[in-house]
Amino acid sequence: MVERDKLLDVQGLKTYFETDRGVVKAVDDISYHVKEGETVGIVGESGCGKSVTALSIMNLVQGPRGRVAGGKIMYTTKGGERVEITALPPYSPKMRAIRGSEISMIFQEPMTALNPVYTIGEQIAETVCLHQKVSKKKGRERAIEMLELVGIAAPSRRINEYPHQLSGGMRQRAMIGMALSCDPRFLIADEPTTALDVTIEAQILDLMLHLQEKLGMAMQFITHDLGVISTMAKRVVVMYTGHVVEKASVDDIFYDPRHPYTKGLLASVPTLGRQERLVPIKGTVPNMNELPKGCYFSPRCQEAMDICHQEEPPSYQLEGDHIVKCWLWEQEGVRLP
Amino acid sequence: MAFFVRRISRAVITLCVVLTIVFFATRITGDPVMWLLPDDASMEAIENTRIRLGLDKPIHEQFSIFVKGVLQGDFGTSFLHRRSVTSLFLERIPQTVKLMSWALGLGIVLGIPLGIIAALNRNSALDRFLMTSSFLAYSIPNFVLGIFFILIFSLTLRWLPSGGYGNWRYMIMPVVTYGASHAGLVARLMRSSMLDVIRRDFIRTADSKGLPRHTVIMKHAFRIAVLPVITLIGLRLPHLISGSFVIETIYAWPGAGRLIIQAAKNRDFPVLQYAVFVTAILVIVANLLVDLAYGLLDPRIKYD
Ligand SMILES: Nc1ncnc2c1ncn2[C@@H]1O[C@H](COP(=O)(O)OP(=O)(O)OP(=O)(O)O)[C@@H](O)[C@H]1O
Ligand SMILES: [Mg+2]
Repeated sequence: MVERDKLLDVQGLKTYFETDRGVVKAVDDISYHVKEGETVGIVGESGCGKSVTALSIMNLVQGPRGRVAGGKIMYTTKGGERVEITALPPYSPKMRAIRGSEISMIFQEPMTALNPVYTIGEQIAETVCLHQKVSKKKGRERAIEMLELVGIAAPSRRINEYPHQLSGGMRQRAMIGMALSCDPRFLIADEPTTALDVTIEAQILDLMLHLQEKLGMAMQFITHDLGVISTMAKRVVVMYTGHVVEKASVDDIFYDPRHPYTKGLLASVPTLGRQERLVPIKGTVPNMNELPKGCYFSPRCQEAMDICHQEEPPSYQLEGDHIVKCWLWEQEGVRLP
Repeated sequence: MAFFVRRISRAVITLCVVLTIVFFATRITGDPVMWLLPDDASMEAIENTRIRLGLDKPIHEQFSIFVKGVLQGDFGTSFLHRRSVTSLFLERIPQTVKLMSWALGLGIVLGIPLGIIAALNRNSALDRFLMTSSFLAYSIPNFVLGIFFILIFSLTLRWLPSGGYGNWRYMIMPVVTYGASHAGLVARLMRSSMLDVIRRDFIRTADSKGLPRHTVIMKHAFRIAVLPVITLIGLRLPHLISGSFVIETIYAWPGAGRLIIQAAKNRDFPVLQYAVFVTAILVIVANLLVDLAYGLLDPRIKYD
């Protein structure tokens, strides 16, 4: 594939945190890319590094204790320039021009992600005025437009309300409106529906699908819920303890999973009408300070071999664009560098 | 509106309770007549003074006279100065307020930016330097700092007058001595409050919009981070008043503080009663202002 097709290209990214108990390798050598207009899903259990990956793309990993320790993130701007995000200082004008305008982000907690002391309208208009250099009045009009777009009734009244006056679902809609207000080409949604109840979740997912189609932006959809991924994404990246363990099209992930962890995740997803019992993955995610030897999943893996407990597996390329980081595919797969 | 009615009625009750307590508490301390007259005064002179001050009447009668006076805005006559306490205080309070507001102003103007700078440079050498100096500034007792300043700037360098009241040169040392402790406290609280706020999710959201760092800090974080500082200042107003007594004494500043200390030494009951009354009013007003400031800064707060 030609490099320029990749809107976002994460190459061997490592994001580490210094903690009192040693270095936490929250993201450890992960690679994936997102093409223009497509949705890539990122799944994994809590603590596997999904949010840290997203913050690395936004260049908002908090120093001095957190840093990108290796690899790089390339982004292709509207103008066709390939920018190395990881090489830019977090608050440099160039980075700030990308953040909020080219790349936007929606967060997990609609309850706390909005500033409690400014109205919804002020918070949306702020982004618009910042990036499009328009008057306050124009910013306000855009805010009303955005609330309308995300399906909030009586938007010209709602923009004068404060976050605490809105329900969780409404706030998440406002958040989406804010993120989309400058027509981003890439949207990072970090578990946008985890904090909402199921009916609201369905509405928000529906809205996001609809908006993505309408606006044609690319999306990185982060979730721990495979069910959600199946409706949202075309390609899926499965993460475990800071590693990418499997990467494939959404069909391959669901009908032909290759990594025991992915299989485990699938077995623990409830499906309507399915009779067999749910099988949760045994054990728990290891502590990031005390990772096991060899493959990090080996202590929980039912198919683990001797080598799995000794050596970290490489990634293998299987037929199609299916990539798996597991010793089981030593024979069949092509070892990647 | 209901909010103000409730606040005012509560304030009136507080004032009544405070005045009653101070009336009886002062009288437990003993007989002021002994202090007002020379040691060898005759029994007759003592008795006459007691009658003049109204201390010969039974205590419940004294109390009802006091209450009637207060209701008419009359707090009596100072035993020592033989003048109405209201006029005595009217002369002195502006001096005290002047000192207190300059000192508090200095504390805020220095403390808030220094606290923010320390927070944004957390764990750096600058942060440690600022936090150590503000810790010292507010933990060194005012009288120690005051005496130290007088020794250096008045007695050794002869730059500034050691006390008294006059042009701005007389104000520098009292204001700095007193302001330093406020600045220290405000800086430390501002720092920790800012550190707490910049970790919140909505700050990450503000960052994700591409805003410049200073907008994120001053627009999104400051308005919330400053709330605890406002509370602190409101809560510390009583300390502020009593602290000003010490400063006034060290620097011979002709404010209400010196009047009150003198009254306490001489059992000048009317002056003490009025002092407590004024202090209580100040505290009540300050608390009201704090609540109003909160309402302006944080829309989640509603008065009802
Ligand atoms: N500022 C930080 N300091 C130290 N460790 C951190 C920091 N931020 C994240 N981590 C660690 O990095 C790891 C990955 O965290 P991350 O937030 O990316 O998980 P996640 O996959 O998003 O999980 P969740 O589903 O719960 O949101 C965790 O073990 C976490 O403890
Ligand atoms: Mg997360």
